[in-house]
Amino acid sequence: MQSILERITSGKFWSFHGGIHPPEQKALTATKAIRTLPLPKQLIVPLQQHIGGEGDLLVNVGDKVLKGQPLTLASNPMALPIHAPTSGIITAIKKSVIAHPSGLSELCLFIDVDGKDTWIKRNKNQDYQQLSSSEIIKKIADAGISGMGGAGFPTHIKTNSAANIDFLIINGAECEPYITADDLLMTEQSQAIVDGINILKQVIAPKNILIAIEDNKPNAIKAMEIATKGLAHIHVCVVPTKYPTGGEKQLIKVLTGKEVPSGSLPINCGIIMQNVATCFAISQAVINDTPLIERVVTVTGQALDTPQNAWVLLGTTIDFLLSQFSAQPLESGKQPVIMGGPMMGFGVLSEQVPIIKTSNCILIPSKQEMPSAFDRQSKEVECIRCGECAVVCPSQLLPQELQWSAKAKDYPQLEKLNLRDCIDCGACAYVCPSQIPLVQYYRIAKAEIRQQQILDIKAEKAKVRFEARKLRLEKEKIAREEKQKKAAAARKAAMNKATPEAANAKSAVAAALARVKAKKAGTTTAAAPESSKSENNVEDNTQKSQVAAAIARAKAKREQKNQTKDRGNNANTTEDKPPQDSAIESTADNTKSVASKPDDKKAKIAAEIAKAKAKKEAKSAPSITQSTDEASTEAPIPATQSDNSQADDKKAKIAAAIAKAKAKKLAKSTQANQSTDLEVTSGNADVDANNTTLTKSEKKAAIKPSHEPNISDNIGSSNTDPSNTDSSNKTQNQADDKKAKIAAAIAKAKAKKLAKSANENTSNNANNNTQKELT
Amino acid sequence: MSILIAIAVVGVIAALFGALLGFASIRFKVEADPIVDQLDALLPQTQCGQCGYPGCKPYAQAVADGEAINKCAPGGEDTIKKIADLMGVEVQPLDESHEQDNRPKVAFIIEEDCIGCTKCIQACPVDAIIGAAKQMHTIIIDECTGCDLCVAPCPVDCIEMRVIPETTQNWQWDINSIPVKQID
Amino acid sequence: MAFWIASSPHNHIQSETSQLMRHVIYAAIPGIFAQWYFFGWGNLIHIGLAILTALLCEFTILALRNKPISKELFDGSAILTAVLLGICLPALAPWWITVIGVIFAIGIAKQLYGGLGHNPFNPAMTGYVVLLISFPLQMTTWQPPLSLLNIELNLSNTLSAIFTGFTLEGYSVEQIRTGIDGITMATPLDTLKTNTTLGLTVYESMTANVFGDNFALGWEWINAGFVIGGIYLIIKKMIPWQTPVSFLAGIFICSFIAYSINPDSSPSTMFHWLSGATMIGAFFILTDPVTGATSIKGRIIVGLLAGLLVYLIRTFGGYPDGVAFAILLCNMAAPLIDQYTRPRTYGHTKG
Repeated sequence: MQSILERITSGKFWSFHGGIHPPEQKALTATKAIRTLPLPKQLIVPLQQHIGGEGDLLVNVGDKVLKGQPLTLASNPMALPIHAPTSGIITAIKKSVIAHPSGLSELCLFIDVDGKDTWIKRNKNQDYQQLSSSEIIKKIADAGISGMGGAGFPTHIKTNSAANIDFLIINGAECEPYITADDLLMTEQSQAIVDGINILKQVIAPKNILIAIEDNKPNAIKAMEIATKGLAHIHVCVVPTKYPTGGEKQLIKVLTGKEVPSGSLPINCGIIMQNVATCFAISQAVINDTPLIERVVTVTGQALDTPQNAWVLLGTTIDFLLSQFSAQPLESGKQPVIMGGPMMGFGVLSEQVPIIKTSNCILIPSKQEMPSAFDRQSKEVECIRCGECAVVCPSQLLPQELQWSAKAKDYPQLEKLNLRDCIDCGACAYVCPSQIPLVQYYRIAKAEIRQQQILDIKAEKAKVRFEARKLRLEKEKIAREEKQKKAAAARKAAMNKATPEAANAKSAVAAALARVKAKKAGTTTAAAPESSKSENNVEDNTQKSQVAAAIARAKAKREQKNQTKDRGNNANTTEDKPPQDSAIESTADNTKSVASKPDDKKAKIAAEIAKAKAKKEAKSAPSITQSTDEASTEAPIPATQSDNSQADDKKAKIAAAIAKAKAKKLAKSTQANQSTDLEVTSGNADVDANNTTLTKSEKKAAIKPSHEPNISDNIGSSNTDPSNTDSSNKTQNQADDKKAKIAAAIAKAKAKKLAKSANENTSNNANNNTQKELT
Repeated sequence: MSILIAIAVVGVIAALFGALLGFASIRFKVEADPIVDQLDALLPQTQCGQCGYPGCKPYAQAVADGEAINKCAPGGEDTIKKIADLMGVEVQPLDESHEQDNRPKVAFIIEEDCIGCTKCIQACPVDAIIGAAKQMHTIIIDECTGCDLCVAPCPVDCIEMRVIPETTQNWQWDINSIPVKQID
Repeated sequence: MAFWIASSPHNHIQSETSQLMRHVIYAAIPGIFAQWYFFGWGNLIHIGLAILTALLCEFTILALRNKPISKELFDGSAILTAVLLGICLPALAPWWITVIGVIFAIGIAKQLYGGLGHNPFNPAMTGYVVLLISFPLQMTTWQPPLSLLNIELNLSNTLSAIFTGFTLEGYSVEQIRTGIDGITMATPLDTLKTNTTLGLTVYESMTANVFGDNFALGWEWINAGFVIGGIYLIIKKMIPWQTPVSFLAGIFICSFIAYSINPDSSPSTMFHWLSGATMIGAFFILTDPVTGATSIKGRIIVGLLAGLLVYLIRTFGGYPDGVAFAILLCNMAAPLIDQYTRPRTYGHTKG
């Protein structure tokens, strides 16, 4: 390690493979001081602004909040609280577009700023040396600090590690072009950053502290060197400018010559890295008791009038920022707005996107400086294997081979090519002459691989649960059988014993049986199952009726669905009608001729089918609209009546049963209809090709009319019968009750029968079709 | 005579090698993963029964016995492709009797409508529904495989299959949405 | 206001494949100029004809494959293939040689394999080799430099010779090739090969006038022209320097060993470097990224291998020049070489 330090102090560094030098454009903002902005009218604060979970809400709509007041409470270690960036009133808690490449909406707090900027009571503590490590970590966690360089990992977790740390690296490299937020922060707040570093030192106790700054930031380097003068353990390292030096693994390689093993964390090599902005936030949190509510944001790009760094409250919308930095509004849909730098940032979808803890830059480029950001269509052409991407890759991957495997979705091969070591830096896509969006392909592949892993785990879990359930059911079954066997054996034994006791028992059993029988006989007249229930209180009844109502409701719902389906079907049938009509005669002839033939069985079948079809048709046509109405109106009535008396309750049940029966019928018929219609159409389609199929389909349709009135009568009666009995039931006679039940049962049975015939029919049809085609 | 010797020599050699091979096949026998287990590992384990078999393992058994490979609706094209690779048969399009909507779904109980009949609990192949008789039931979303076996038994139709909503956690970079996605 | 989602990086170096191809074509100009100066209009006519055929062929196949024609037709790759093939042909070869060669190069060697980026073999060299094997007579009737001709070969004469086989005055190509002394002239490489088999030493053969004052009359300047173009490309970072350097080093090593063992039957390294298609092969063909190795180590191996093969074919093979064959053989080996020269990924141990 001594040699590493020697190298560092003599200004020599290692270098990582690849890297690029995109136009820096830092001069746009590097020379201007950090600006303070007026308070915006409204803040949109997302609940989650980092990697990890969101906290639990502490406030409600309408609450007045003070600046720095916690708005959520972290409920698990990975969660972080958020704080009110200024005082105001919470006007809404709803989903809003957040700062995420997906442009999805997440839960956000909308705060109307009152303009007073009143602080919550703070407990400033200059003497942080007195605090214990756990106290400091608690303060960091309570301040809601996450890594401010980009990824947003909760800082207190990174800090809270007992491992033996050789190097604490403070990352001020800021290798992304355009961004100067850390540069300016180091220049202006070097003392506070050093305080933050000292606090970290107290917690982590590293052997060495390195502050890495790229050599294109002379002001920051000077400021930090002055601030660390006399602190022997802190070394300011001026590293050569190259993108992506600021990447965690790359910076470690540059400073220490070590490589973090794949799949491992720097902490396992005795290294912890923190961003300078994070250090500043830590010193604010520990010394000034100020939670993370604002940060330096570089608002830059040549499309702006006055690009500059600014202190921006978290939750400030891009809209507000643009109004502060540009005189004229941007052209909608024509101007890319990038959050983050040009290499790794993402395009934001709406001007309502708020600044969050990880947003370090808002980039509004002009078309001259960044033409590719304006390309809406991919300019991708074929890869010519030039190998430029492999030359610049800081992870020494083979981007072009990865690209082929990613396009071919060859995930095992991607694993073999170490896709997971890709850091998404974008260097490969930057240099690609074929303009292939390489990073894009890798992201998709990575997401797919992750998804697949999750699915695999889930499948494994489901399998285990399924097996466990099967085992359980098996066990229960065996146990049940065992029990039954035992009970039977016991009974038998008792019966077979010839002792008087046994006789007694026997007679007792007999008596019990007789009693049961008698009861049954008694109750059958009194509507058996209900008799016992009649003793139940009214509440139970209402419950039951509610259940019935629910069922009825569901039925109604189903029916409605069917109806809508049916409408479509009806349209079909009307379309099909003309050819059917014209073919009636021919089919009549045909049936005759078929009948005269030896295989009159077939003819019979055909006739049956036709009959059934007609039935179905007739049924579906008139009754659907009526019965749905009935069902839906009937359902609530019993529910209300049932509160009054038992009889009413029963009635309700009957009504429900009827409704059920009707619904079932309808559902079945419509289903059947659907399938028949399909067949008819298919039959018609076959017309030209095959004569036999033609006659078949026509026959089916043709015989319908003759049967129609009959069936509709039938249905009419089955519909009206139960309702009649229903009304007559009001005498509260038990016999009537029975009748009603019978009626209902009849209705049900009818429905079932119809349904069955419909089903049979369809299957018959199918059979018949195949038969005919064979002949 | 020399012919006879030649035949004898070749015969002896053949017998020797045969014996050697036979011995090797017994002595160095490798316990291969039975094909059924391999197939089972490819199936999505939703236990949905849409293939017509009571679970994934039985279907795996059936495929091993020559059943069509295109009956697994939750697995979709990917699974069919993998099975085809494993079985060395042609890839077939998904059985037409299945719905084409293959987005991942989970069951959802509309709780105000639930009457507590426990029918869905009995239908669930992975015990992902909790509840008791006359008590409202609910789905453990993390355990639900989206097999929709609980939908049919419900007497009050209070179970729906809902598409898992897209969140920032499960959102995926989508090549199609990237350059063109636009919201007004 | 609405914006749009775009995947990072948002900035781009703004280089394009077609730009790369264009630069390679520009870089070939000095060599082509030298060729014109020493051998007349023949190759220019072939290049023009080749470009025309290549575009037509590419257009037809792109249309058949339902590819975006405007985008891919002018990406420069087809034109570059045509230019390279045109350069390689004997100046007075009949016109149909060019047409057949280009059709094979574009239609079969490139598009049938999937178009740009998917062809395993360099299309120009594939076309050349097909011609060499199928039409050995036409492909070896090299015309001597203009200064050695006793017939004046102007533009119209050359055109006529290429399209009819005879100049306007009625001389056949064979008659053109016949020198003042009545001996049919060949390329320096050819001559050397023939002479060494006849038992003459290299030094003795070098007295023949095809060799000129230095190594190979005309050819040395053409090769120098391609070197200039190649250096331009390397400076512009259009081609990697490793490939040509290792290729030339490969030739140097082989010829140096042979020369030090037996100087009588082995020509010098400079002769190898500056005759035949060495330089165009080194800077323009072997550096074709599509068919070469992608890793730096791989490129060095490919270059050395090609150098060795060129030397072996020139010395022991049946053909006087072996650049085309060597390059095709290296194309075959490139994927394997790539496979074994994968770099060590960051954070991984070797192996």
